[in-house]
Amino acid sequence: MTTTTTETVENLNRGPIDRVEMARLAAHDILPGSFVNLGIGLPTLVADHLTPGSGIVLHTENGLLGMGPVARGDQIDPDLINAGKIPVTELPGAAYLHQADSFAVIRGGHLDVCILGAFQVSERGDLANWHTGAVDAIPAVGGAMDLAAGAKSVHVMMTLFHDDNTPKLVPTCTYPLTGRGCVSRVYTDHGTFQVGPNGVTALETFGSTVEELSERVGINIVRLSNSV
Amino acid sequence: MVLIADDADAAVNGIEDGSTVLIGGFGRAGLPWDLIDALGRLGARDLTIVNNNAGNGATGLAALLHAGLVRKVICSYPRQVDSYVFEDLYRAGEIELEVVPQGTLAERLRAAGAGIGGFYTPTGVGTTLAEGKESRSIDGREFILEYPLHGDVALIGAHVGDSAGNLVYRKTARNFGPIMAAAAALTIAQVVNIVAPGDLDPEAVVTPGIYVDRLVVAGPAPAVEEL
Repeated sequence: MTTTTTETVENLNRGPIDRVEMARLAAHDILPGSFVNLGIGLPTLVADHLTPGSGIVLHTENGLLGMGPVARGDQIDPDLINAGKIPVTELPGAAYLHQADSFAVIRGGHLDVCILGAFQVSERGDLANWHTGAVDAIPAVGGAMDLAAGAKSVHVMMTLFHDDNTPKLVPTCTYPLTGRGCVSRVYTDHGTFQVGPNGVTALETFGSTVEELSERVGINIVRLSNSV
Repeated sequence: MVLIADDADAAVNGIEDGSTVLIGGFGRAGLPWDLIDALGRLGARDLTIVNNNAGNGATGLAALLHAGLVRKVICSYPRQVDSYVFEDLYRAGEIELEVVPQGTLAERLRAAGAGIGGFYTPTGVGTTLAEGKESRSIDGREFILEYPLHGDVALIGAHVGDSAGNLVYRKTARNFGPIMAAAAALTIAQVVNIVAPGDLDPEAVVTPGIYVDRLVVAGPAPAVEEL
């Protein structure tokens, strides 16, 4: 899988992967024992693919370390919710934090990984995921900027293209930024990429060659074996 | 001395027009619904409200907005599926909005309670929310200056209080309670019940009574669809 590959893997005998497969890949790359925050939306699916016994601890920024699965039936407690305001459960070893402490966990660099959704990611790792910038849009940031600035590794899960086929992986973000140069890895339906100071490197592709994706996205995407 | 109020109306008595009111809660958890409703009945106007959100549905914080009592909202996330009261006022230009990253909001409140004059944070660097803010490079990293956020009043929801004002919370309902309690000149807490001093384990107290001025026992939680 992606963490151990030394050459880009092109899976050409299949089409793009679905969101469940994206979540499985993102989960696979999280090291055992990591402290992890999963953003609202697509990234929450990652929780379903974490291996029991891996010692991975989930943080939710409204104030819980050791979050368990979504609560069902009698487990539902209005005082126990996640950042998406969904009732969840606590696991043995959980701890509650007030907001300043919970964001000290984030800003202080104590989280190993956070996985966020995105409107756009630039080839150098800039992130835009909080605001479309449209004149009539109401800006709402929540904890996104804190997570972007604070987690040791910021990973993004998103489809590679908007519904109108414009790419979300871009030379420069046109949407307002959430954070600058913060993203290191992007999981998409067409491939998994590293982004950063050296630009975009494909780790794995699904249904297209690296060159085909470069052409379609309009960015020079390089192969792992050729990267610095 | 902590005032044990007979009801929520007595608990919010005296909140003045033009006050900055810190309101705890994240979603339904920790929301001081009785105190919010009482503030609406009191009718103090021209309020600046600090909360993580800008109200949901038609009740609670949204009802204060709808009644025209709120001049400005300071929050991290005003846009939600059912935040139509705020959205209508905002689009009509009838309410001011200051969007603050959630962690910066929390730290500004903490700083206010802790007597800190400001702090440099990496959150928001390079974004539109950093515009006009002083920035500084510290150990090779860029930070922006943020200021404390004081409240005239804090309305918070805790779990159990003792008559000395010490508070414990329940699960994720803790959220903004402890930092808002310290950040306001007048802190009013609604709790599920009030016990005698000594009944709360001092090791377990989250908010010490020094931060709490008034306590009131809350009525039963409203049904989910009412919030």
